[in-house]
Formats: sequence, C-alpha cells, structure tokens
Amino acid sequence: MAYRWKNTLSAADVTPESAWLNRRQIIAGATGLGVGAIAGPAFAATEGLEPNSFEDITSYNNFYEFGTDKGDPKRYAGEMTTEPWAIEIGGMVDRPGTYDFKDIMSEMTVEERIYRFRCVEAWSMVIPWNGFELADLLNMAGVQDGAKYVAFETLYRPDEMRGQRFPTIDWPYVEGLRLDEAMHPLTIMATGIYGKPMPNQNGAPIRLVVPWKYGFKSIKSIVKITLTTEEPPTSWNRLQPREYGFYSNVNPNVDHPRWSQASERRIGGGLFAPRIPTLMFNGYEDEVASLYEGMDLKRFY
Amino acid sequence: MTLTDHINTTARRVPIWLVYIVCALPAPWFVYLGATGGLGVEPIQELEHRLGELALQFMVAGLAITPLRRHMGVNLLRFRRAIGLITFYYVLCHLLVWLFLDVQVWSRIWADIIKRPYITIGMLAFTLLIPLAVTSNNWSVRKLGAAWRQMHKLVYPAAVLGALHYIWLAKGFQLEPLLYMAAILVLLALRLPKRRVRAAS
Repeated sequence: MAYRWKNTLSAADVTPESAWLNRRQIIAGATGLGVGAIAGPAFAATEGLEPNSFEDITSYNNFYEFGTDKGDPKRYAGEMTTEPWAIEIGGMVDRPGTYDFKDIMSEMTVEERIYRFRCVEAWSMVIPWNGFELADLLNMAGVQDGAKYVAFETLYRPDEMRGQRFPTIDWPYVEGLRLDEAMHPLTIMATGIYGKPMPNQNGAPIRLVVPWKYGFKSIKSIVKITLTTEEPPTSWNRLQPREYGFYSNVNPNVDHPRWSQASERRIGGGLFAPRIPTLMFNGYEDEVASLYEGMDLKRFY
Repeated sequence: MTLTDHINTTARRVPIWLVYIVCALPAPWFVYLGATGGLGVEPIQELEHRLGELALQFMVAGLAITPLRRHMGVNLLRFRRAIGLITFYYVLCHLLVWLFLDVQVWSRIWADIIKRPYITIGMLAFTLLIPLAVTSNNWSVRKLGAAWRQMHKLVYPAAVLGALHYIWLAKGFQLEPLLYMAAILVLLALRLPKRRVRAAS
C-alpha cells in the first residue's frame, strides 16, 4: 500500500521557482551587494516549508538512551550496534516471530515522506524521511480481528546506550498507538533521512514516525511490536501522566502544564529565529481529524 | 606555608576589577558563538541554558565563601560582592534572552509568568535579587547598617528558588539540576549555628 499519501512539503513541489531564484539572489546579494532592498514576500512565505539540513536533523536530538543533552545522541549513539537487527512481532498477529531487518526491507517499498516534526518541547523541523507504511509491516504479520492497539519497544542495551545506566525514565522506552492510527497512511516506519540509512542518533535502523503527534510518540530503534486489545503503557505517560497523555496529538489549544503549545520554533533559524504558530495536528488536520471525531481532545491529550 | 596560606596570599594579589571582567566575559562570548553557529542548530535555547547555568554556578561560588572561611580558613571575602553582582548579571542576561529571543511576545511572557510555575519561581528569585544588586555598594552598606546584613540573607531563598526553577523545567529525572540543589542546600546547612548538645532524656 505504498504511495497512499503524496508529499505536500516537498521543496520542489511547493516552492515556486521564482522564490528559489529570489533566494539565490538574496544569498548572492548578501555577499556581493549588501542585503538591503532585494528580499521579497514570496521568499518569506515559502521559507518554512523547506526541509531542515541533514546537519540540523542529526545534531539536535532527544534520544535519552544516550543522554539528556540534545548533543548527546550524536556524540554517543555510535556506540550502538545496529547489525544484525530484528524486530519481534507478536501478540494478536497470524504470523508472530522475529523478523530480520533485512528481510523486512526486501518486502517493503521505501518512499520519501517530507513531514513536519513537532517536539513536545515546542521546537520543530521539516524532515525528509525514507520509509514505508507501518500498515504494510503489520499486514505482513497479519493483524487478527480484535486487536485494538499496537505497542512498541526500543532496544535496551545499557552497555551500548549509556543513558540507560541512569533511571531518567523507566527503560526500555515503550510507546503505543491505537490500531487505526497505526494503519493510517501517514504513519510510517522510517529507515532513512535524505536517502541515507537512518543515522544512529535518529533511531537506527528503524523507527516510527507519526507526524501529527509530538515527537516522543515516534519511538526509535524498535525491537518489538505487539498487537494488543488493551491500551499499552507509554514511557512519558508512566513518568508524568498529567503532562503526557497516550494520544499526544499536536494541538496548539491544549498546553503542556508547564509551557504553551501555541507556537514553536523551527530549528535552523539562528539566534533571532521567530516563533511560528503551531498547527492543529501539526498541519495534518485534513488527513487525521476524523480519527478523533467526537473525542474531547482536552481530556484525551 | 600551607595550601590555605597560599590561596589567601594569591587571592590578596588579584585585583577585583579583573574578577569582574573575566567573569563577565562568557556572556558576550556565548552571544557571539550563538550568532556564528558555535552553539549548535538551536542557539536560543542553548544560550538561555548556558547563561542560567552560569548564574547558578556563580550563586554556588558566592554561597561557598562564608563556609570556606569558617571551616577551612580560606579567605575570599573580598570577592564576595563581585561574585554576587556577577550572579545577578547572569540571571539578568538569562532573563533577557528568555524575553527577547525565546518567548518574544509580551502577552505570552505575562501569561507564562503567571501560569508556568517554574517561570513564576524563576521570576521570584530574580525579584529577590534586585534589591541585593542595588545595595551592593559601600554607601548602601553604611546607610543601612544592620538591616543590610538582614536584607542580604534574601540570597538564601533566591538560591533555593533558582535551583528549584531548574529542577522543575527538566523533563524526566535528570541529575544536573539536582546537583545544583544539593550544593546549595549543603552550603546553606553549613551556615547553621552549631546545635547545643542536649542530654538524652
């Protein structure tokens, strides 16, 4: 079921050529002529849709398994072995078992998905992921009738993941989705960025990406997937249930108890980056709002 | 000559103005780094964080002066005012970065101060430090007399609130904020008068 969703954030698709040219002129102008009068409104309007640089995406990470500093994952994630890698798929599936990463990849159609990525800490990026739909993987294992939730688990290997030697959270990291969220065409298992294999600090070799939810839902370095009938426990919810709900949909109208979620800062804007408004469901309202029809999103945060 | 004597002799030779300059330099240096890519891809948060941490570090240094003299004979009293003012300087820089680079919008700033407990606490700590910074001069010391000493004890609650501010904003269970709180509490405990020995009943 690949290609069920078409990128709307591709720089080539949405950026008018004139804006690109404009930008070139600005850069040239800044070095040659001085910046003054050249900047135009077209440039400003499309700027936010350009993917972050590979450098941005791979050097500013929350991956507490390697430390709580944003730079720790880049510094220490190299200590994690990602070959061989397998995912244990179990619970309410027809074909439970340990699926080798290479075998999975040979079955899946990898496509590029350029998604907004919004962290619960009110920063964001635009990331060109490579991956396949989670639905395809779940169908490979055969989801049984009656399964309602999907539980995920990150690798637990304290000798290679130094952050796990300290009880920042209750290891291993676990996350979960409702089955309809998991089967949604936007939900992908990402295995790369910018056409390169997933860097360790971003959750190598395979991670979840759910673009309409806060980043912590998109669990990294997955070793286990379980189909269940009950809502599975999730790490941040277990730690601070009042602050992090099971759903954790991006929602500018429901603040985190300790900070506002109404706006965010796009990484890469430098020291004077403005805040930009946060979009409902991170800009994927048309695609996913129907999943939550009739639900009180203030209660199910 | 003992190590303590060495330290005391060396400390007497260091001019105070030099302490002010050297200790104040990291702030403009970090701003320069932030503007030139040296603070990573999210320089605003990083700058804010580093300035806040420096404020806590100077706070700990300032609180250490009295116990160092009382318990170890190391006399750094002549630097205490400078360290106190430098602490205030970093708290102020931290606050300015938060106001102008981080939150940016005045209505949201006010909402944050009222609604977010860790920001309320941080603002309270800053407010407590204002009268101390204003009266950190010889004229005020003379004018206020005994009241000056009493007033400057406000630094104790300010320090505890500062550490609490850091603990409260951290996600999950993090070690560093707890270490600052531990250091501050130990330094405050060292000031308690020795308890009289009471006979067991």
